[in-house]
Amino acid sequence: MSISTATATPAPRLRRPRRDIGPLDYTKRAWMRLLLAVNFVFLYFPIVALIAFSFNDSKRNITWQGFTFKYYTQAFNNNALQDAFTNSLMIAAISTAVSTVLGTMLGVALHRYRFPAKDVVESWVHLPIVIPEICMGVAMLALFALIKFPLGLATVIVSHIAFSIPFVAVVVRARMAGFDLSLEEASRDLGANQWQTFWNVTFPYLIPGAVAGGLLALTLSLDDFVITFFTSGPGSTTFPIKIYSMVRFSVTPEVNAASTILIVLTLTLTVVAMAMQGRGGNKKI
Amino acid sequence: MTEKPGIISIRNVSRRFGTVTAVHTVSLEIGEGEFFALLGPSGCGKTTLLRMLAGFESPTEGEIVIAGIPMLGVDPNRRPVNMVFQSYAVFPHMTVEQNVGYGLRVTGVARAEAAERVKEALSLVKLGGFEGRMPSQLSGGQRQRVALARALVKRPKVLLLDEPLSALDAKLREAMQIELVRLQKTVGITFVIVTHDQDEALSMANRIAVMEAGRVRQVAAPADLYEFPNSRFVAGFIGKLNLFEGRVAGVQDGKLALDIKGLDRIAVPFDGHASGEIAIAIRPEKLRLDRQPSAADRIGVRGRVSEVAYYGNESHVYLKTDDGTSVTANVPNSARSTRPTIVVGDELWASWDAADTLVLTE
Repeated sequence: MSISTATATPAPRLRRPRRDIGPLDYTKRAWMRLLLAVNFVFLYFPIVALIAFSFNDSKRNITWQGFTFKYYTQAFNNNALQDAFTNSLMIAAISTAVSTVLGTMLGVALHRYRFPAKDVVESWVHLPIVIPEICMGVAMLALFALIKFPLGLATVIVSHIAFSIPFVAVVVRARMAGFDLSLEEASRDLGANQWQTFWNVTFPYLIPGAVAGGLLALTLSLDDFVITFFTSGPGSTTFPIKIYSMVRFSVTPEVNAASTILIVLTLTLTVVAMAMQGRGGNKKI
Repeated sequence: MTEKPGIISIRNVSRRFGTVTAVHTVSLEIGEGEFFALLGPSGCGKTTLLRMLAGFESPTEGEIVIAGIPMLGVDPNRRPVNMVFQSYAVFPHMTVEQNVGYGLRVTGVARAEAAERVKEALSLVKLGGFEGRMPSQLSGGQRQRVALARALVKRPKVLLLDEPLSALDAKLREAMQIELVRLQKTVGITFVIVTHDQDEALSMANRIAVMEAGRVRQVAAPADLYEFPNSRFVAGFIGKLNLFEGRVAGVQDGKLALDIKGLDRIAVPFDGHASGEIAIAIRPEKLRLDRQPSAADRIGVRGRVSEVAYYGNESHVYLKTDDGTSVTANVPNSARSTRPTIVVGDELWASWDAADTLVLTE
């Protein structure tokens, strides 16, 4: 309706009356709902199909033959897959532990202190987040080649730590943005030294941020492919890389089963990470 | 203050942030057991001064001595003072009891003694029974009591309060003013409060330092500050004023003769030194309004009522004199009546006793 219509008589209703739909009630409109549904199908159908076909009782993944768990058993009994999974877990555990500690320290430092060229440091911290993974992988490979460091578990772990730190730092920093600095001053005023103040006041506040950042690092490490691909050597094959090499032969339901396990694992961790962040936000005064 | 040095001696203290001078050569002696207020508009340096006492800022120049010990280079955790923060800074992840006991725990006070002192401090601020509550379950006023108990449990020589009442609503604020005075009398230690609220300072403190742009303009007891301000700034900042500009004409019968714009030559008692351009001021509640010219022994000015603001207990009457000067008079509504006695347009004489005139040389 045009704005210039200033007459008091109502315009004849040409459309079906929209009962109780406010201008911002987008989810009540049919076309909007349809668009939403199409989007969801587009985004999630491949994943749903992947999971569904992991239960398919057929050697090839084209037609549905019947329900079975046998490819899960097969995947679990695949020694190479097991080794890759163990590698992934170990890499993820170590890189998460290290990057959470370093990333938290970085996040706190960026929030807390003023130092020369802080702005530069801050933007460089974000670099590994925005830089294409392929570049990071090649750069890592070049570095290790330059210093003649043999590729293996160690190089993968170092690379994972390197790209996880910024994510942890960013999450911790965001958490610290809501921190009232007078809490630290109050602690000092009441007789605590800097060390006591950090552990009694600052640290309890940033725990949700550190945990969320750590879970993010864990997820990133578990399903990283590109950087790992460049930096892994013999004996350090990770789960995603193993799946990729299996796909090169044929997409069997076993691959689907293995992928499903990875999806469930990362999804769980992500949900926990989000829950931690949410909880931290609610507890704030 | 020439007698024994106080619990706090601030000597020629300045604090600069880059090119900005927040505190400019301030010297103050604060005595033991005083309720001392630092009063001034925002940005006058009062909070910076308080933070220097607490140890969160260090003076660029000058010296601070607390309880006989120079405070240069002494960390906040080693000073015999404790602070109540404007935001209260109650630790959100600790219960009331843990909050109050924190300062004892980190300094290694024995558990049994600490428990005893926490209990005592909580009953002092009337928070007995709240030990297990989390700060999120407390009201603003209760959180402030936690902050108070947490500071007092340390038995400081001086308690510093940074705008402690600014976050409370008007009713609670008045109750808390009385409460703070009671608390200070009970524990007997020196309180130093920073405030921008003149009523707060006047009603609570024994002595007030009025600050402006980093400098202390006047230090005096509340009544002295109100009735004998030493400058236009202090007179204007504390309470309301009717200000008249003029010149000194000379001395006449031991009184100061003044030529004031809008008034005739007046003579006021004054025992200081004054010459040249000068201002006089009169407080609105010291004016009397009459329908006919005032008595000869009073200083009077004629005006027309331009507005009347009714406040229940009193009315503020705004007059415009013939030369356009505004004069405000506060008239108590002492008789029970709903019919206004003064209405807009009335022609009245505002007058005051010459002895009530404030002569402001600066």
